[in-house]
Amino acid sequence: MNLLQELKQSTIAAVWFMFLTFPLMVIKVNTVTKTIEWRWWNMAFIGIAFFFFSALWRFMHRRKEKNTETRSQDKKTTAIRRRLAERRFFVPIIVLLIIATLAFPHTFSLYQTNIMISALIYVMLGLGLNIVIGLAGLLDLGYVAFFASGAYAYALLNLHFGMSFWMVLPLGGLIGAIMGVILGYPVLRLRGDYLAIVTLGFGEIIRLVLENWNAFSKGPSGIANIPKPGLFGFDLTLQQHSVYLYYIIIALVIFTIFVINRLQDSRIGRAWIALKDDEIACQAMGIDKAGTKLRAFALGATWAGMAGVVFAAKTTFVNPASFTIWESVIILCTVVLGGMGSIAGVICGALMLILLPEYLRAVSEYRMLVFGAVLVLMMVFKPGGLIENVRKTYHYKEHGPTTAE
Amino acid sequence: MDFEFFFKLFLGGLTRGSIYALIALGYTMVYGIIELINFAHGEIYMIGAFTALIISTVLTMLGFPALAVTLIAVAAAVFYACCYGYTIEKIAYKPLRTAPRLSALISAIGMSLFLQNYVLLAQTSDFLPFPSLIPDFEFWEPYAHIMSAAEFTIIITTVLVMVGLTFLIKFTQIGKAMRATSQDKTMAMLLGINVNRVISFTFIIGSGTAAIGGMLIASHIGQINFYMGFIAGIKAFVAAVLGGIGNIPGAVLGSLVLGWTESFFTGYISSDYEDVFAFLFLVLILIFRPSGILGRAETKKV
Repeated sequence: MNLLQELKQSTIAAVWFMFLTFPLMVIKVNTVTKTIEWRWWNMAFIGIAFFFFSALWRFMHRRKEKNTETRSQDKKTTAIRRRLAERRFFVPIIVLLIIATLAFPHTFSLYQTNIMISALIYVMLGLGLNIVIGLAGLLDLGYVAFFASGAYAYALLNLHFGMSFWMVLPLGGLIGAIMGVILGYPVLRLRGDYLAIVTLGFGEIIRLVLENWNAFSKGPSGIANIPKPGLFGFDLTLQQHSVYLYYIIIALVIFTIFVINRLQDSRIGRAWIALKDDEIACQAMGIDKAGTKLRAFALGATWAGMAGVVFAAKTTFVNPASFTIWESVIILCTVVLGGMGSIAGVICGALMLILLPEYLRAVSEYRMLVFGAVLVLMMVFKPGGLIENVRKTYHYKEHGPTTAE
Repeated sequence: MDFEFFFKLFLGGLTRGSIYALIALGYTMVYGIIELINFAHGEIYMIGAFTALIISTVLTMLGFPALAVTLIAVAAAVFYACCYGYTIEKIAYKPLRTAPRLSALISAIGMSLFLQNYVLLAQTSDFLPFPSLIPDFEFWEPYAHIMSAAEFTIIITTVLVMVGLTFLIKFTQIGKAMRATSQDKTMAMLLGINVNRVISFTFIIGSGTAAIGGMLIASHIGQINFYMGFIAGIKAFVAAVLGGIGNIPGAVLGSLVLGWTESFFTGYISSDYEDVFAFLFLVLILIFRPSGILGRAETKKV
């Protein structure tokens, strides 16, 4: 009976989606040669796929409902987590990780190292956005604007004043922070969803200005020949440059992790997390709402600015096309997939989302489609992400009944 | 000051504003009920235009008369857009109704990305020429030098849709249910309103108007591609916010104001920064008058 019902529901879903996708998936018209291409195979494929998807969807829903009732999974993950936090597990894992990251450019090819550098740039961006979204709960869809300002800061300062990578790196962070304050100051009073649209608009403004203001940014053709970072004036080969850049970005990522980890437990970090939950209660407790949010915005933007500088140094070429709104969405996707607020989660999310499409070249055209689906499915089934952030909880230890004198 | 140029820009702004209005109406209705920016709304508008293009091309090749092609294509596009709207709500928004707002927003942006790439992969990334679905009416002939028949149709359609929606919301039973749901979902449910059905209905109506807008603008401009919905959607949202979100006449007013300002700005100042201007406008409105022209200021209860 139950199975019959499942089959019926799956069939209904399959038929519905076959019908829904019929004009777009099956018919393809060529308006120039006036021919129609009928792709019935697509329809069959959709039918079969959605038959199973629908079953999976219902299964996931039931599992989620059961989980919220029993919280069984929570217990399991906290047990694993406690194990990992023990010294005899924690130390070897960290040591192994460090050895692996240090040895990476020497064991793998130049191509792999370059991919890893891009992935690590995204890790940095994800960690920065994590401050804004994961900790402070502000949806920033224009995050790429700060990334762009960092990249252009290096390109332009180098072009006009010949400034080196190491001089611009902190400056890029500073410029990002200033941009964050400029944007954040007026818009942070807005409600959450307006903030999303305004930041999105801001991101587009920056891109359009870069595209159209030829005298300033050289327009759509971009700026080429940006030098790679130097090492005390040594001449480095291309290979050595990549390895050097790899170590720079590793150091920056570790620095980011360190800072965010400290921030999380600090007064301001706790204020962010509290603001995310209830703004009114926070204000009643004497937290400066606008100021705290502004600091989250500025700090998030700082990392984006620095990542931008590294990006410009890596590609040696910047143009506005690298900084579209969809870049912001990809960064958002890494944060959402990994787990909002969780450092390990964001790192895993960014590495997965950037490295997998690189290695699965055959399906890389479906990348953005999958990213969109990931955003929706994660929100529906696992809003905490793959590696959920655990809130600090304090347990009250009972010492048995206190005897009244 | 060249009056003719001014008048041309004025009419251009009117047309542009009317198109924004058709998209903004759906936005504002959905926002009014579930307080969610439906990022996928612009994509529905794009899917409507694509469906119309495909159906009309197929029918023309099969030898249907022009009028029948237009009618069937329009009906099919609206119908499909409604189905998409309904399905999107069921998949991406309904499970998140009690979740934090951030989750629903992320889900919405994911849906938008998904639909764009779905059309990109299923069809093409190129611009496709769009047939002119709006015929050159004979009775409009004497005025055609002022404003084309297509522009006239766009403006008339917008007015009709606005009046129709206002009527629907003010005077019908489902309209009453919609207003009740937007005020207080729990209370509406207690009073026997099927809130799920009301929300589905809102998405269906909103998607239908978006599809009409999609077809009109596509036949006005003459070409479509998978990316056309996103910026149009954002601008329609700007318009809806400008008029006061959740407010039907406000959405139209806001769209017209945005259409005119954009038209005059591009005409008199610079066309490179057209989109920049729309976004700057949004930022300024939200800072100085977040409730919009016709909106009421919101009071927060603790």
